[in-house]
Amino acid sequence: MARIFIDNTPYEVKEGKNLLEACLQLGLDLPYFCWHPSLGSVGACRQCAIKSFKDEDDKKGRIVMSCMEPVRDNMRISVNDSEATSFREHVIGWLMTNHPHDCAVCDEGGSCHLQDMTVMTGHSYRDYRFTKRTYHNQDLGPFLNHEMNRCIQCYRCVRFYKDYAGGKDLNVFAAHNHVYFGRQQNGTLESEFSGNLAEVCPTGVFTDKTLKSHYTRKWDMTYAPSVCQGCSLGCNISAGERYGSLRQIVNRYNGEVNGYFLCDRGRYGYEFVNSSQRIVHPAIRPHHNGSASREYIIGEVAARLKNGKAIGIGSPRASLESNFTLRQLVGAEHFYLGMSDTDHDHTSLALKILHGGPVRTPSLHEAETADMVLILGEDLTNTAPMLALAVRQAVRQVPMNEAMQQVHLAAWQDAAVREAMQEAKGPLFILHTFPTSLDELATGIHRDAPDNLARIAFAISRALGAPVNGSLELGETEQALVNDITAALKAAKRPLIIAGYGTGCDHMMKAAANISWALLQGGGQPMLSLTLPECNSLGLEMLGGHRFDSALAALKNGEADTLVVLENDLYRRADKHVIDELFSYAKDVILVDHLYNQTAENATVLLPAGTFAEADGTIVNNEGRAQRYYQVYVPKGEVQESWKWFLQIGEKAGVQRLHGLHNLDDVVWAMTTAIPALAPIAKLAPNADFRMAGQKIPREPHRYSGRTAMLANESVNEPRPPEDEDTPLSFTMEGYRGEAPAPLIPFFWAPGWNSPQAVNKFQSEIGGHLHGGDPGKRLLEPHVNGSIPFFTEVPQPYLSMPGHLHVMPLYSIFGSEELSMYTKGIAQRAQDFFVIYMNPEDIDEWNITPGIWVNFHIEGHAYLMVAVPNHWLPRGIAAMNAGLPKSQIIDLPQCIRFSGSEVTSTF
Amino acid sequence: MNYWWIIGGVLFVLLNTAAGLIWLERRMLALWQDRYGPNRAGPFGLFIVLADTLKLFFKEDWIPPFADKVVFVFAPAIVVASVLMSFTVIPFGPNIMVADLNIGLLFFLAMSSLGVYSIVLGGWASNNKYALLGAMRGASQMISYEVFMGMALMGVVILSGSFNLREIVEAQRKIWFIVPQFLGFVIFLIAGIAETHRLPFDIPEAESELVAGFHSEYSGMKFGMFFIGEYLGVTLISAMLVTLYCGGWLGPDFLPGVVWFVLKTFVFISLFILLRASMPRPRYDQLMEYGWKVLFPLSLLNLMATAAIVLSLK
Amino acid sequence: MFSLIRSMWLVFLHAFHKRDTYQYPEEKAPLPARWRGRIVLTRDPDGGERCVGCYLCAAACPVDCISLQAAEAPDGRRYPGFFRINFSRCIFCGFCEEACPTYAIQLIPDFEMAEYDRQNLVYEKDALLINSQGKYPGYNYYKVAGMSISGKEKGEAAREEPPVNVKSLLP
Repeated sequence: MARIFIDNTPYEVKEGKNLLEACLQLGLDLPYFCWHPSLGSVGACRQCAIKSFKDEDDKKGRIVMSCMEPVRDNMRISVNDSEATSFREHVIGWLMTNHPHDCAVCDEGGSCHLQDMTVMTGHSYRDYRFTKRTYHNQDLGPFLNHEMNRCIQCYRCVRFYKDYAGGKDLNVFAAHNHVYFGRQQNGTLESEFSGNLAEVCPTGVFTDKTLKSHYTRKWDMTYAPSVCQGCSLGCNISAGERYGSLRQIVNRYNGEVNGYFLCDRGRYGYEFVNSSQRIVHPAIRPHHNGSASREYIIGEVAARLKNGKAIGIGSPRASLESNFTLRQLVGAEHFYLGMSDTDHDHTSLALKILHGGPVRTPSLHEAETADMVLILGEDLTNTAPMLALAVRQAVRQVPMNEAMQQVHLAAWQDAAVREAMQEAKGPLFILHTFPTSLDELATGIHRDAPDNLARIAFAISRALGAPVNGSLELGETEQALVNDITAALKAAKRPLIIAGYGTGCDHMMKAAANISWALLQGGGQPMLSLTLPECNSLGLEMLGGHRFDSALAALKNGEADTLVVLENDLYRRADKHVIDELFSYAKDVILVDHLYNQTAENATVLLPAGTFAEADGTIVNNEGRAQRYYQVYVPKGEVQESWKWFLQIGEKAGVQRLHGLHNLDDVVWAMTTAIPALAPIAKLAPNADFRMAGQKIPREPHRYSGRTAMLANESVNEPRPPEDEDTPLSFTMEGYRGEAPAPLIPFFWAPGWNSPQAVNKFQSEIGGHLHGGDPGKRLLEPHVNGSIPFFTEVPQPYLSMPGHLHVMPLYSIFGSEELSMYTKGIAQRAQDFFVIYMNPEDIDEWNITPGIWVNFHIEGHAYLMVAVPNHWLPRGIAAMNAGLPKSQIIDLPQCIRFSGSEVTSTF
Repeated sequence: MNYWWIIGGVLFVLLNTAAGLIWLERRMLALWQDRYGPNRAGPFGLFIVLADTLKLFFKEDWIPPFADKVVFVFAPAIVVASVLMSFTVIPFGPNIMVADLNIGLLFFLAMSSLGVYSIVLGGWASNNKYALLGAMRGASQMISYEVFMGMALMGVVILSGSFNLREIVEAQRKIWFIVPQFLGFVIFLIAGIAETHRLPFDIPEAESELVAGFHSEYSGMKFGMFFIGEYLGVTLISAMLVTLYCGGWLGPDFLPGVVWFVLKTFVFISLFILLRASMPRPRYDQLMEYGWKVLFPLSLLNLMATAAIVLSLK
Repeated sequence: MFSLIRSMWLVFLHAFHKRDTYQYPEEKAPLPARWRGRIVLTRDPDGGERCVGCYLCAAACPVDCISLQAAEAPDGRRYPGFFRINFSRCIFCGFCEEACPTYAIQLIPDFEMAEYDRQNLVYEKDALLINSQGKYPGYNYYKVAGMSISGKEKGEAAREEPPVNVKSLLP
């Protein structure tokens, strides 16, 4: 700790930081533009000027940029010095000379850092009376709006897009006073993290285009703390609602998980909530093919469950609470996990590795600090996008530390550090069948069939000392790679090994576990990160249930005749013919879901469930971190949380296991008592009776407008605002105005800080944890007692079967996730569902014409597809885009037979 | 039988007068403020009284959840009851009075002091800081002014030799006591205004400082009771001024005594309203200082002088 | 003491003065031009809607009686998709007019809006939008804003330079 004097008041601050961070952390308001807690300082905007004094007697001092000045002990500075304040005011005056008179039509207005800083410096009157510079804008695709006139040349956008996220297609053009930030020509921004520009840009140059289509100011939205449902990482988000529709997703800072950024799937994949395909009213078939009242339906469903022949099918995209109540409703012995069998195998393996193994799985923030990364069979950008961003930061660790030691720089001196590092990268090895976007950073890449890659990984683990049986004959290049990787792993202090569901080959995870465990045994401090298919895969697995294929068996042999399906499109869990058969045996299919999908067409009872924005719940990410998401608004119609439906049905049917449970706290209590592994969830967030100064936490900002008019078209008599009995949050603007506990912060705002940059008022250290600790509770901690359960079985080398194709899943950030595909912009960027990628030689051998419909056979069922040559694929291996709507082959990887018949007709 | 007729008649006239004062006050204030006042409902806007009463009846009868409920309900009843009791001893005419008490004056003083309870209890039961402040002011103001109100009246008692109000009126056949007791009259007038907490001495209510003082939390007919109580108080003090200083029902014979009484009372009521139209409200401490340092010595002086003169004339 | 009696006398004399009251509705009161009465939405000199849906009026409204939804027309102009004022809540404070950056929302000297049914006091955009520029003739927001709309390209607003040629290296 260092002691510094700010305006003659002594403060204790952490050494090694810059003065701007120190001041912000002390709660002082100091304006800035180019500095960003994640991007560091470049000293470009000259906005954070302060006065620095030599010693106590120095009355004159000199102006310095606080972001470029490290904290030193006994330093004397002044923030309020008149020269410094007038300097800052003048700087913003200059920045504003060309800023247009646009606030009224600018989407940034109301959450604009430039507005905040202009007010903060006191620049209230424009002195400049001459002409303003203008620019032409570009069309940057479906996610971002471009309005270059508003630019203040802080360079944050290119620093984030190029330097931090590794994007290639955004840059700065031209020179001197007309530099231009954009693409070389119109076109969609390629980076999967482009949406962050809307938050990184301190003004309205880059704004959220999906928000624009239903534009609402920040002060008018009802927010709730939420968790992204797009992948297994569980990034924290704030979801904003107005007039009954979800308007925007913004980043909700969590120092352990997502930090300041989100991927585009997470940021833009929310539009399914507003979809016209939402199920809004309960319906029952065939008698009442319209909607029926809630009471009637609950009675009907309860009656159908009476005979005890109902089975429940859970969902990895539903909350733990919903899955648990369904499990209680039908009984644990009738509860089936609604994951495809491959997903189930992967997830249970991951749980076994994380729960029974001795190596800790890192949070995203910890992953960023790794000094060596080994990726086994994962295209992270597409399966766990924010982890890819973390890996991009991790590869900088080694050269950055070297540079810092050699030239005595601090990590926040961004430009200098990057200059010193040049293109140097830390060790990163990627073993994957396909090229990935992280390949450009890799020290070593190897592409082969998944089984062969797994063999290499096993060889590495053996080299590190893991007990592995079986022969591991490798080629020369493979053996050299094994040696390289082994050496790099041994040299690294905190190596990170990443594997997951990406290839559909579970040997990858086993090998990754082996490597990390062997490293730990050798005295290292490895980290092991496993990606999982869906947002609550791990939670559902921890809850426990039967395999999906046994559900079909139960229906077939007459043990069950009724299906209760929770938030699940079963046609995404197994191939079409399997599900068709399943439904043919079911007398009743009771579906609780929010979107009208293929499963809904087969349902006899439809119950409208709340999406993440209309429900409270808990999900568990791939790190084993349980996180709570909160209802944003009360939906119209009969929509309610799935667990509420099950509680009501259970009460009607007199199910003893659900007796006495009424609200979220009750369900959480029952769940944590029934399943001890989930016990920490009880302390995840404050209970519903939590109050601050006797008040609830308001979901709406205090400037929320239009309360007495927004519903006046229906009735001038204002309805009583809805009350939230499940959480300590209120649905109105009334409530406690101070800082809420970290898990309950609906949106970041502080007086004078309307933009998302207000988050610095909520952090105990800039870029560190939120006050009182980051939200979320880890359920899995490494287990270190007795011997390490190494995986000793080595997979056989891959051999292609004649006439058959081993089809691998090909995941994509835009398309593979079910719900985000309801966003138009994401659907635009998705691939075609009927494409099968094959090795060109296979195509030639089998006389397939690329681009023509071809029949493929799986267990006697024919599927039409179009072959596309892909020279990365080894012979006999094909790949299909996974998870796209209308896909019929779901359970990947699997072997399919080529029938050879070409079909000329099209769909 | 006759007895009940008088009680009924007095009650009827009084309550209607109090209600009518709503209209009268608004019209007269308007007159002195270059306006018309209520002039739409009925002839001369007279039906505004009905409209106001109806409105009060239809207002939500709200008892704040934090209030002391029993006391909150009783307080407004006390004010009306105590003022009405005072009227029992007032001679409206030679034979029109409810109770011909020989300590009528003392009874009036006793009853009018009871009125302070309604203010204190109302303010206390409301559990509201403005109400409590108003109640405290009301208590100190009314109790202080009670003292020299009684002192001032003693001059009249000395001159008439009786506490019986009818006899006091009879004693004024020669000369109204306003002449020999002018100082006493002025003191009683001022104390009377303070006693009814009318403007400019509406310190317990003081809208601009205390919202509505002791009755901030009151609404509907409970507020109406305070309202009626205030107007009854105005009528009472006017009637007392007439009885004690201006010869009561006495007057030339071409009109019956009761008519004279009513006319004289009306003049004083008008004076009350004129005071409201023209006077600013003094500060609380000024009011207390004025009472104890000026009016109290003056009333003692008046008492002693009157006593000395009467003694010397005997 | 004398001054008190004097002021009472002076007040009493007012009984004989002329009344100031207008006997509305038989007799209409003359209203000044800046009277804060019914709220209207005005139009640009070129006939387009002035309101750009910036939500500032709604934010300024102390009784929260304005609600709207911003939208963008194909020609690039922003406009309110709906605009609703609940006049049963409005207190005619004029803050909305003060907050409006485009002079779109204006209060006019008309207060005769009484209704027997409160629901009729909820005014939608068709009842608010008038065919006039109101109190500020000649003002056109897009002529001073940097956004381009059809008919006003980048660099064509007041005090704007022509758009930068990114490929030029000239100073």
